[in-house]
Amino acid sequence: MSRDDLIVILFLIATVILLPLISGSSYLLSVGIFAGINALVAIGLTILMGYAGQVSLGQAGFYGIGAYVSSIMSLKLGLPVMISMVIAMLAAAIAAILLSVPALRLKGHYLAVATLGFGEIIYVILNEWGPGGPSGFGDIPYFSLLGYTLTSSQEYFWLIWGCVIIVMAFSLNLINSITGRALRAIHGSEVASVSMGIDVVRLKIKVFVLSAIYASLAGSLYAHYVTFVSPSSFSLFYSILVLMMVVLGGMSNLWGGITGAIIITLLPEVLRGFKEYDILIYGLILTLSLLFMRKGIVPLVIEAIRRRG
Amino acid sequence: MSRYLRLGLVIFTILSVFFTSVPFSYAKEPYRIGAIFSVTGAASFLGEPEKNTVLMLVDQINKSGGINGHPLEVIIEDSKSDETQAVLAAKKLLEKDNVLAIIGPSTTGESMALVPIMNNAKTALISCAAGAPITNPVNERYWIFKTPQYDTSAVEAIYTHMKKHGISKVGIITIATGFGDAGRKALHDLAPKFGITIVADERYGPKDSDMTTQLTKIKASGAQAVINWSVGPGQVVVTKNWHALNMGIPLYQSHGWGSKKNIELAGKAAEGVIAPLGRLVVWEKLPDKHPQKALLRKYEWDYKSLYKSEPGTFGGHAYDALMMVVEALKKVGPDKKKIRDYIERNIKNWPGTGGIFNMSEKDHCGLDMTAFEMVVVKNGDWEILK
Amino acid sequence: MFSVFLQFLFSGLTTGAVYALVGLGFNIVYNSTSIINLAQGEFVVIGGLMMWYFSELLKIPFFLSLLSTIAVSALIGLIMERLTIRPLLKKADLLLMIMVTIAVSIFIRGLVMFKFGKEPYTYPPFTEGDPLIIYGAVIQQQTLWVIGITGLCIVVLYLFFNKMMLGKAMRACSVEPRAARLMGISVSKVVMLSFVISAVVGAVGGIAITPISLMEYDKGPMLAVKGFCASIMGGLGRGRGAVIGGFVLGILESLTAGYIHSGLKDAVALIIMLFILFFKPAGIFGSAQIARLRKF
Repeated sequence: MSRDDLIVILFLIATVILLPLISGSSYLLSVGIFAGINALVAIGLTILMGYAGQVSLGQAGFYGIGAYVSSIMSLKLGLPVMISMVIAMLAAAIAAILLSVPALRLKGHYLAVATLGFGEIIYVILNEWGPGGPSGFGDIPYFSLLGYTLTSSQEYFWLIWGCVIIVMAFSLNLINSITGRALRAIHGSEVASVSMGIDVVRLKIKVFVLSAIYASLAGSLYAHYVTFVSPSSFSLFYSILVLMMVVLGGMSNLWGGITGAIIITLLPEVLRGFKEYDILIYGLILTLSLLFMRKGIVPLVIEAIRRRG
Repeated sequence: MSRYLRLGLVIFTILSVFFTSVPFSYAKEPYRIGAIFSVTGAASFLGEPEKNTVLMLVDQINKSGGINGHPLEVIIEDSKSDETQAVLAAKKLLEKDNVLAIIGPSTTGESMALVPIMNNAKTALISCAAGAPITNPVNERYWIFKTPQYDTSAVEAIYTHMKKHGISKVGIITIATGFGDAGRKALHDLAPKFGITIVADERYGPKDSDMTTQLTKIKASGAQAVINWSVGPGQVVVTKNWHALNMGIPLYQSHGWGSKKNIELAGKAAEGVIAPLGRLVVWEKLPDKHPQKALLRKYEWDYKSLYKSEPGTFGGHAYDALMMVVEALKKVGPDKKKIRDYIERNIKNWPGTGGIFNMSEKDHCGLDMTAFEMVVVKNGDWEILK
Repeated sequence: MFSVFLQFLFSGLTTGAVYALVGLGFNIVYNSTSIINLAQGEFVVIGGLMMWYFSELLKIPFFLSLLSTIAVSALIGLIMERLTIRPLLKKADLLLMIMVTIAVSIFIRGLVMFKFGKEPYTYPPFTEGDPLIIYGAVIQQQTLWVIGITGLCIVVLYLFFNKMMLGKAMRACSVEPRAARLMGISVSKVVMLSFVISAVVGAVGGIAITPISLMEYDKGPMLAVKGFCASIMGGLGRGRGAVIGGFVLGILESLTAGYIHSGLKDAVALIIMLFILFFKPAGIFGSAQIARLRKF
């Protein structure tokens, strides 16, 4: 990763360690936890959209698989949480492969719709056949590692943002490696990439699977934090929300995903005072930012800094 | 004395005069309660009347001197019918606002998500949602209560009526949401006890526009009655479809049917529809001596004059939840544990909008089948069945 | 047995008609701009609720309410196009366009919720009377209206796009905007008109279906997804395909609920759509070559 990226990571590590120590507020930390969970999904989508140029309106499906599979494995089958999470990631990966093989032949709108269809099918499956059906189920075990169970908001904040940092570091390395450059070539022009010998299809599938694994991780963490899941958290609405995070934060930069996630998770909290107006304001903010801040916040900020310095 | 000190003293005097001369001046600390309702989102038909009810009651209470002189402050949060938001709202209320208790949320899913949080925070939650798992198993729900009737009680009321009328084969049609699902489970679980067989089991989605297919299947199955379990427009669509198909067998609705709006929207299709309803919708038809009549009348009149619409059963759940906490505060003061204990131990034979409550160590809901009246729609109005 | 099947069929036609209209709306916009307007479902909601507003609240006579509702819907389509689509269309960024239409749909939904609240609304059917019984299956009069109106829209639009100069100009734009411009056709006007027409088509669907199934502020997204499935089934860009796709979808959903399991109904649309996307993306009626020529 570049030197700038490294600096931001170190800064992030410092913030993550200090924040729970400074703020005793479980409420604020919870907001931060959900922001972190969303960030994980957003990072995956950023790589998929910004670098590989593929649209997905179905990330909620993988998010839901992560949550449900991990919960069922740990609650109903009594498996340790970490193993359940790994199984969930495998399930998501398999689903992603099954989806991407036919889907990635499609372009543009068609791909978007195919992923949307996938997300919706997962939702219907969870709603129909998930334990508890539409009501969901609870008593999901807390996250535990080597015998130690996490229960406080501070611990979860560190856990989840720790995951975010690790995922970010891994992703940044990926982007700057040969694979990453191949990805960007694909985004630029698939035809040219193929003629350069890049196995375009294989690479796209890999990225799709990666984004699914990130989303699954996020879903599992969500389940073991809230200890209750129901299908309504994993609907099309969430897929669109994540999409918004990526677009708002800026697709072309990996940090955009985290930024967008933080902003969009924070927004309802900020808007809490506005009660009924909030859907209106939400739509308005989104529309306006798409109209006037197309590239996304992070690229715009970077441009501004470069111009000054 | 320095100039500034004098100035400060003047300001201080003015302010204290101002504050002590305000009508109903509260030298006393406000009692703070939290409320989480689905004011927006899929369950907003629940959250909105609940919120309105609370606002109205708080205003009335404060205008008549508060609770033992302490003003009542209810901080209402909108969960947007989303569990994550409900969790965040609860945490905010518990930490930032230091509330003594929380009423709501409006849906079972959200309530379930809050159970561990409330237990950890050792603060009472009085939910306005119906699901039985909210207060069961009761030994794991020490801090959790709820005011709506159990859906199992509604089912019992329906089955009892059916048994009396010789109906033994039913077709059920339920909505694919938490509410519908809970009803479906209760319908299946309780059927054998009343000698009832479910011969058809259909579902539909919350935004579906036509249920004739499902109803046709029920008709073809030889059912002697149809039970629809949903809240929201689905009830009206099923009613209209049932009428159009001329099914020839009675239609029973769940306790979610209790709103004049449904009759209005369904038009003449609603004639003959039977449902177990909380007394709030039929208070006019109650005998004057009924312990709930007076408070129901007052509630509906006050709500109507303020909001120009009827509160419906759902608003009533919030009414009951709030008034229980208010009474507890009145009797034991601002102590979380004492409030919880009061509700569990002292809410006995307590008339509310939902019924007459009898809370206990084993029952954190306090209502049973007798909270309902079996009501039929006749000439566009409610009529209590004897 | 047959009457049961027929009943399922009628139920499917009712819901299918609305899907068809939404799908039509998608196609009209797609044809002139190559973008998918995910706010299409909201126009149906606007149609139903505004019709209630004019006919029930303001008590304006039926035809006048009808025209007013259509006018309001057209206006909203116009405003949406001018404010959000036109500035961004030049960027040719597919993703951005999808996002913008989603954002606008959220905004419209917020406005509608603000004005109308969350409850359902309805008004009397166009003609009162008992439902018809055909071979033992019941079909409500309003259902016939819905199907009839959908048919009318198809005919009107066909005539417009094939026989009228303006319509032919719009088709020219969808095939090759630059050539169209060279011929003196104002592409931006065409885009604007396509949004207006699709808004009207959507609203008409809402006006027709509300007496049967009521209308609330958040019916939009589900209709958009299903209507979109209809478009895909018929082949994006093919008006007639979308209509057939809509009816087929409605009927298939109904048959699934009837003969298999009513819980699976919603999955039907999606599974079919995925099938088509994976094996014949141009749709049942589309051709692969033409699909590839599209900008997106």
